[in-house]
Amino acid sequence: MPATITVNGTAAPLPDDPRVSLLDLLREHLHLSGTKKGCDQGACGACTVLVDGDRRILSCLALAVQYAGRAVTTVEGLAADGALHPLQQAFIDHDGFQCGYCTPGQLCSALGMAAELRRGVPSYVTEDLAAGQVAASHDEVRERMSGNLCRCGAYNGIVDAITEHQAREAV
Amino acid sequence: MTPFAFARAADTADAVRRGRVPGAKYLGGGTNLVDLMRVAVEHPAMLVDVTGLPDTIEERPDGSLLIGAAATNTAVAGHRAVRTRLPVLARAIAAGASAQIRNMATVGGNILQRTRCAYFYDHEGARCNKRTPGQGCDAIDGFNRMHAILGASAHCVATHPSDMCVALAALDAVVHLQDTGGSRTVPLADFHLLPEDHPERETVLRPGELITAVEIPALPFAMRSDYRKVRDRASYAFALVSVAAALDVQDGIVRDVRLALGGVAHKPWRAFTAERLLKGRPASEVLFTAAAAAELADARPLRDNAFKAELARRAIVAVLGSLAGKRS
Repeated sequence: MPATITVNGTAAPLPDDPRVSLLDLLREHLHLSGTKKGCDQGACGACTVLVDGDRRILSCLALAVQYAGRAVTTVEGLAADGALHPLQQAFIDHDGFQCGYCTPGQLCSALGMAAELRRGVPSYVTEDLAAGQVAASHDEVRERMSGNLCRCGAYNGIVDAITEHQAREAV
Repeated sequence: MTPFAFARAADTADAVRRGRVPGAKYLGGGTNLVDLMRVAVEHPAMLVDVTGLPDTIEERPDGSLLIGAAATNTAVAGHRAVRTRLPVLARAIAAGASAQIRNMATVGGNILQRTRCAYFYDHEGARCNKRTPGQGCDAIDGFNRMHAILGASAHCVATHPSDMCVALAALDAVVHLQDTGGSRTVPLADFHLLPEDHPERETVLRPGELITAVEIPALPFAMRSDYRKVRDRASYAFALVSVAAALDVQDGIVRDVRLALGGVAHKPWRAFTAERLLKGRPASEVLFTAAAAAELADARPLRDNAFKAELARRAIVAVLGSLAGKRS
């Protein structure tokens, strides 16, 4: 088993103790504190990161050792060369946050959602299950982002930011 | 979290060999097991990671599907054959948890997830016969709005939390099992147990046995099927009641039907009583209402969940009515 994990393009050693979650590895061992610990029990989505490019997972419920040899992207890996990712800019433009604590998870989750839409992964509100791609309607975005809570209640801005970003991506 | 050893299974033979060790548990996506380890309800001595085992979704010539147990919930719901031929399964999976959790959770782990009864989780503050056999049950006289109304016992009123399993029960799915002694299959509807005197026994799995695959037999009329979940908020909540149904109506007569309920029992509840009543009779709201009433006739509500029986009846009638109105 490879004893490393790749985080934002850089190889990092895995912990010796298999109890260490991927979230604690990122925050406490690698000092990447952008990924947030909200509930630590899979209920809030603040710890969402991307694995193998665009698959969103909860790093709090993931044991780090289980992700040996895999590539993880955190919020620190979204901006390229100091320029904000277009989705990050959209969150600013639409006031998609207040305190900002849930934002890293929202960003990673929304990018994972975009990939799922492209692949035709259905949601509970998808009407046409046979469709190869699903459009990012308001209802689809709300349903698909339901795993990311925002205690400030910035949901309207979050949905607007994601919808605008999706519309630009679809062009 | 109690210390444990970790091993990644190279293949199925390696997994079941490691799984024989006392205290070993198989680890799928970890969305339930890791959480339960953190709250000290589960404390395995060893985790055998089985997420590297087969996760293929095979469409077989006879129309059946064979789904590797390591397939993620997302992969199954997104598979073209599932979306087009088994809408009840795609919708049931999409109704469960959140997108992140569905990306992690495996089919095998979903089947083996444990109840979300708050008393089961609260090992320091509550009694639970499932967690600590013989201790007593604080749910029976406690806050039991989410709990079972069918098939419960004086020892346990917990429900099975899976949405996917409700669809699998309706679809006559078969679970493939393997251990070092060989392999066998068990119908999903017989895989989970009612609590009776031993709520700590939740499935027919033998020690060390591993779920390797789930088989879904061909069911052409399942193209007309649906899953409806009733819950306290629009998304990301466990079911109060859910209904999985497939309906074959020809010339106004119910030729065949599959019906199962979630959120009402210790196991996914296949509604055999209602199915018997429905088959061969003219499809109508009167018939659906009678069948729903018969299925819930033995409901035994607790202090806080008497609403569930009526909710289940109405949900059954609504889903069957909707399916009967659809052109196939």
